[in-house]
Amino acid sequence: MSQQPILAIQNLHAGVEEKKILKGINLVIRPGEVHAIMGPNGSGKSTLAAILAGRDAYDVTAGEVIYEGKDLLAMDPEVRAREGVFLAFQYPVEIPGVNSTYFLRAALNECRKHKGQPELDAMEFLTLVKEKMKLLELKEDLLKRAVNVGFSGGEKKRNEIFQMAVLEPKLAVLDETDSGLDIDALKIVSHGVNTLKSPTNATLMITHYQRLLDYIVPDFVHVLWDGRIVKSGGKELALELEEKGYDWLIKHDAAKA
Amino acid sequence: MTAIQSTPSAKQTDPYLKAFERFEQAGASAQPSWLFPLRKAGIARFAELGFPTLKHENWRFTNVAPIAKLPFKPVLDATASGLTRDALAQFPFAKLPGTRLVFVNGHFAAELSTAPAQQNGIKVGNLAAALKTDSALIEKHLGRYVRTEDNAFAALNNAFFQDGGFVYVPAGQTIEEPVQFLFINTSKDAGATTHPRNLIIAERDAKATVIESYVSLASAPTFTNAVTEFALGDNAVVEHCKFQDESIEAFHIAALQSHLGHKVNFSSHSIATGAKLSRNNLRTTLDGERIEAILNGVYLTNGDQLADHYMIVDHAKPNCASHEYFNGILAGKSKGVFHGRILVRPDAQKTDAKQTNKNLLLSDDATADTKPQLEIYADDVKCTHGATIGQLNDESIYYLRSRGIGLETARRMLIHAFAGEIIDRVKHDALREELDVLVWDRLEQLESVAVGK
Repeated sequence: MSQQPILAIQNLHAGVEEKKILKGINLVIRPGEVHAIMGPNGSGKSTLAAILAGRDAYDVTAGEVIYEGKDLLAMDPEVRAREGVFLAFQYPVEIPGVNSTYFLRAALNECRKHKGQPELDAMEFLTLVKEKMKLLELKEDLLKRAVNVGFSGGEKKRNEIFQMAVLEPKLAVLDETDSGLDIDALKIVSHGVNTLKSPTNATLMITHYQRLLDYIVPDFVHVLWDGRIVKSGGKELALELEEKGYDWLIKHDAAKA
Repeated sequence: MTAIQSTPSAKQTDPYLKAFERFEQAGASAQPSWLFPLRKAGIARFAELGFPTLKHENWRFTNVAPIAKLPFKPVLDATASGLTRDALAQFPFAKLPGTRLVFVNGHFAAELSTAPAQQNGIKVGNLAAALKTDSALIEKHLGRYVRTEDNAFAALNNAFFQDGGFVYVPAGQTIEEPVQFLFINTSKDAGATTHPRNLIIAERDAKATVIESYVSLASAPTFTNAVTEFALGDNAVVEHCKFQDESIEAFHIAALQSHLGHKVNFSSHSIATGAKLSRNNLRTTLDGERIEAILNGVYLTNGDQLADHYMIVDHAKPNCASHEYFNGILAGKSKGVFHGRILVRPDAQKTDAKQTNKNLLLSDDATADTKPQLEIYADDVKCTHGATIGQLNDESIYYLRSRGIGLETARRMLIHAFAGEIIDRVKHDALREELDVLVWDRLEQLESVAVGK
C-alpha cells in the first residue's frame, strides 16, 4: 500500500452554474487496480468522467484531484492526455474531414514528445496501428475515413478502445463504454481492455449496468448516488446491486442516515 | 463610327465609353470582322446597365462602388514584363506538367510560356493568336454563352478583351496534362484594368483539365475583369480549377459560363484567397441529358477582404445532376457572400440538384451572407439546399484535445478539414495535393486560426 496512487480524489464538489452535481467524492485508485463506478441516471457518473478528462463545462467548487502526485485539475485536457489520462467517450464525436490515421498519429506523437520519446514515422505508426486494430477486430479501412464518420455505434466504441490501445494510458476512464454494444462487440471491447491491463496502469469504468463487469472484472465497485459514493465494496457488490436494484441501496443508505 | 451616348444617370460609365473610342481607333476593329459587333454591343450594354449598386438584387451584399470610383486605365499594350522563367517558380502549380500560358497584365508572354504540343488537331494557345488562325472556329463559340443582359462586367469584357487562354479539343481527343493559364498582375498603377478572356471548346468525347490562376506581383488597386467560356460537347469530361490569389488591394470580377451537352461530366473548382473584393459569377447551362456538373469552391479571407460567389445552375433538360459545394473560412473583418440559384425548367424532369454553403467565422467581426435559392418549374425533381454560418465545433475541439492534441493544433485540424472537404473533390491528383498545401499554408498565416477570436 506504500505505492503512490495513480488517482486520488478528495472531497470533490462540482456542478454547472447553480446546480450541484458532485457533492464530495472521495476515491483512491492505485496501480494495477480496476474500479467500477455504478449508479442510476443523473447520479453524476458522466460528470465525474468529464471532470477527470478536463471538460470545461463544469465548475469545481471544492476538493482536489491528484494524479500521480500532480494537480490534475490545473492541467489542460491535452496535458492530461499526454500525462496518461484517457477518456473513452460515451458518445464519440464525428469529425468530418479529419483523417483517422492523421489524427491518431498526431495524438500519439504529442504524447510521446511529452514523455521524451522519439516520434513515430508513418511506417512505424502503421505497424503499431495494424497490431492494435487486430486486438479490437477493426477493419483497416476505418483508418482511411474521417474520425468516427460513417462508423456504426459499435465501431465508434471499439474505436475508442483502439485509440486507448495505441495511446497506452496510465489511467483509462471508460464512460458507459458498454452502452449500445451487442454481446459480441462487448466481448471484443472487454478483451481489448483486459489485454491492456498491467500492474502499472489502472482502469475506471463508469457504467449503469452490471453486464460489463462480467467481462471486465473490477477489484472495487463504488455506488454513486446523488453526487456521493454511498457504498464501496468488491465485485460482489455489483451482483448484489443487479439483484436488488439501486432502490435497495438508496433506502438502505437513507435508513442508515 | 458613332459615339455611344450614355444616360445622364450613368456618368460613371463615360470614361469607359471614351476609352472604348480610343481602343476602337487604335485598331480593335482590325480583328476578325465578326468580333467588332460583339465589342460594340458590349460597350452599349455596359453603358445601358452601368455599374450595379446595392439596390440590385444580385448585388445586395457586394458593393462595387470602389471599382466604379477607380480611374479606368485599360492596359491596352503589352510591355516588357522583366520577368524571367525562374521568377515564375514562386507561383502555384509551377511544377505541374503540361502547357502553361503566361499572361502579364493581360497580355500573352510567349517567352514565359511553355510551348504547347499541338497534335491530333488539339489547339492550345493564346486567344489573340488563335483569332488570327482559327477565326471561324472561335466565332461559333466566343460570346455565345456569356450573358450580358444582367452583367455589366461581362459586357465590359466583351468590349475590351484582348487576350487570354484558348483550348480546343476535337472530338474524341484527350489532353493528358493540365493546361494552365497564369495571369500575373505586375501593375502598381491604381485603376490599371485587364480583361482576360478564355475560351475552352471540348467537342464530343473530349477530355481536358484546365487551370486558371490569377496572381499579383505588386499590391495596388488594380482591376481584373475576366470572362471564361466553356463549350462542352456530348460526353466531354472536363475539370476546371480557378485559383484567385491577387493582391489584397486588387479588385477581381469574373464570369464563368459553361454550356454543357449530353452526358457531359464537368467539375469546376473555385479557390479564392486574394483580392480586396472578388466576385465570381458562375453560370452553368445543362443543355443535354444525363449531365453531371459539380461547382465546388472554398474562399478564405482576412482583413477587410470580400469574396462573393454568385451562381445560377440552369437545368434545361431532364435527368441531370448538379451539385454545388462552397465553404468559406472568414477571419478578421472579412466578408463572404454566396448566392446560389438552381433553376429547373419545365422540361427538366428527374433533376437531382444539391447545393450547400457553409461558412466558418474565425473572428467576431467576420460576416457571411448566404442566399440559396430554388426555382423549380418541373414536378418530378430532387432538389435540396442548405447553408450554415458558425464557429468551430467545441465538442470536436475537446475530443481532439482529450487525445493529447493541443488547442491550436486542434483548431488548425478542424479548419483544415473544413477546407479539405472542398479540396478533396479535385480529381487531378497533383493539383489536389498542391491546393491542399496552398490552402493549408494560407490558413497557417491567419492569426485567428491559432488564438480564436
